[in-house]
Amino acid sequence: MTDSPSPKPAGQNWFPYRFKVEPRLKEPPAWFSPMLSLAAVVVSLFIGAFIIHLAGGDPWKTYVHIAKSSFGSVGVISDTLVKATPLILVGLACSIAFRMRIWNIGAEGQFFLGAWGASLIVLLPVLPEDAPQWLFILTTMASGILFGALWGLIPAVLKARFNVNEIISTLMMNYIAISWNNYFIYAVWSDGGFQMTRMFQRNAWLPRLADYAKEIPAFRGLTTHLGLVFALLAAVVVYLILTKSQWGYEIRLIGDNPNAAHYAGISINKNIILVMLLSGGLAGLAGMSEITGVVHRLQGAISPGYGFTGIIIAWLAKLNPFGVIIASILFGALILAGREMQPHGIPTMIQGVIMVLLIASDFFTRYTIRITRRMEE
Amino acid sequence: MDLIIVLSAGVATGTALLFATVGEIFAERSGVMNLGVEGMMLLGAMTAYSVSASSGSPWLGALAGMLAAGLISQIHAYISITLKADQVVSGLALNFLASGVSLVLGEGLNSLKGVPALPFFSIPLLVNIPILGDILFKNQSVLVYIGYLLFPLAWYFINRTRPGLHLRAVGEYPSAADSQGINVIGLRYFYTFVGGLLAGLGGAAISLAISPGWFSEKTSAGLGWIAVGLVIFAQWDPIRAAGGSYIFGALRRLILDIQGPTTILGLRNPFYYNPYYGFFLQMLPYAFTVVVLVLGSREAIRKRMGTPAALGLPYVRGQRGL
Repeated sequence: MTDSPSPKPAGQNWFPYRFKVEPRLKEPPAWFSPMLSLAAVVVSLFIGAFIIHLAGGDPWKTYVHIAKSSFGSVGVISDTLVKATPLILVGLACSIAFRMRIWNIGAEGQFFLGAWGASLIVLLPVLPEDAPQWLFILTTMASGILFGALWGLIPAVLKARFNVNEIISTLMMNYIAISWNNYFIYAVWSDGGFQMTRMFQRNAWLPRLADYAKEIPAFRGLTTHLGLVFALLAAVVVYLILTKSQWGYEIRLIGDNPNAAHYAGISINKNIILVMLLSGGLAGLAGMSEITGVVHRLQGAISPGYGFTGIIIAWLAKLNPFGVIIASILFGALILAGREMQPHGIPTMIQGVIMVLLIASDFFTRYTIRITRRMEE
Repeated sequence: MDLIIVLSAGVATGTALLFATVGEIFAERSGVMNLGVEGMMLLGAMTAYSVSASSGSPWLGALAGMLAAGLISQIHAYISITLKADQVVSGLALNFLASGVSLVLGEGLNSLKGVPALPFFSIPLLVNIPILGDILFKNQSVLVYIGYLLFPLAWYFINRTRPGLHLRAVGEYPSAADSQGINVIGLRYFYTFVGGLLAGLGGAAISLAISPGWFSEKTSAGLGWIAVGLVIFAQWDPIRAAGGSYIFGALRRLILDIQGPTTILGLRNPFYYNPYYGFFLQMLPYAFTVVVLVLGSREAIRKRMGTPAALGLPYVRGQRGL
């Protein structure tokens, strides 16, 4: 308790306006939330510029370099889309889980298991080496989705059955997945002692635009592959599930108010399992698409942390499936241009700055700041 | 493979885990869940190593590591306490930020040679206790001994002192605490800071004592996340946290050592003859964390206790609820 009768702290009276923070009574307009995301990205670019400046670089040149090497020509736009493809899928995987407030931090591990599942078809081998390409695509896809989903199922069952915190269990599953993959690339499928498997035969690859260069010369050298179509279709499917289906309604209701959902007779445990299966399946599909569309062999370095970037993408897109596509292209560009950037932690740091600003700016969707003229008393 | 060496090294590794876990217990007991422990540990390890290299004083390094992690924890405190954002998302964001900053600023540190580490010594008299003396008091880092003091003191502070009562009140029933004139917001900021300091000390313990050096994100290798899991297993009790930490430390060390001998208990050692089986051993600490979480969660359900009631909830004065 202060002795002063005035509730306002003394010393602020010289300022003719005062700021008042009030909870929003109405939902903010629809454009507001995307604008916040955009503002967060712009501000983080400024902060990034400041850090690059501190490190002795030229921020303007760096950003022009990023823009040129990710959107400067048809060829690099195609490369950006290749990087965006797995990001869209893991971004969707995180979005659908986060919408129900299930914190699936394990997309990275589910991605690895998806890649492993796809490799299994080619390397075990499940299919004969000269099986038709369409059959390879279907089976590797099914296997990738299956193993990704299984990897998501384990923490889901633990959560539903034993109430085990899914943040930690999904994260632990990431480390286990990486060791699992390592065992196979070092020991079982090692190609002549190297820490990678043999190159998949051509008919196990996803078709790329460049494969059609004979018919359409403009496609020459373009690496964009069929996985992008899977990713875009998956975005539409996730959008339809979330907004148009009964299941999506249940997911959103549990996310907004689990008690209300429980009283409405919705089984939360069943939805935890189903959502984690879908989320893991999407991340597994990302792994399959990356392994059959880009890398064409199983090896250690198949992901520069796609699964973790997916978390930020989901948040940047405000869990909107179409927003995920836009955010993924942005981050695809950042990863593509960031490959040769030194030190190598810069993309991680910029992602961290963006995420911190995003979560901080969420404040403005829940509160307004009213500026009023201070009255003379 | 000598069991005493495994246990004694396990106590050392467990010390890093102990600091981080006890720090997170302080933060969570006040109602703030901070998932950024892994990032804060990395930042602490990087800063401690870097400052120790440039100043020549490992003590200054450890202090700088603590302060760096403590300061960055205040970003999470501001976002989750003042801006009342979701603590899960904010903690994850802090984790990305702190890891990214550590990787950028730590670039090149791994090539440094002869960075001074914290001293190792034996405790006279106590070291003469058979077996236990060799495990606990023989040629350990000074931080290990600080760890022995920390967890009983933390337990005493939380359960037997007046400030500890305030800490628990703020995490269990903040509006009641507020009505008694306890500064809920201030205490939550303070204990988030304490959590950061201790996570930073955990990081410094890795880079300056247990496995001296800077190995990018491999420096902490998920220890921060294991610490978050151990908090649940420990039921927010520093003494149980210590038990869990030391067991985990021994497990990590055992995995390294079990691949050495040709036979174990007279049987052919499969890990020696096929070193690739080591990848399955590497999974064990993470798989074990999940098992420990299952045990902790079952117990929490059975006893209907443990979790601070206001954990994860922002406090708004005058609003209904806790």
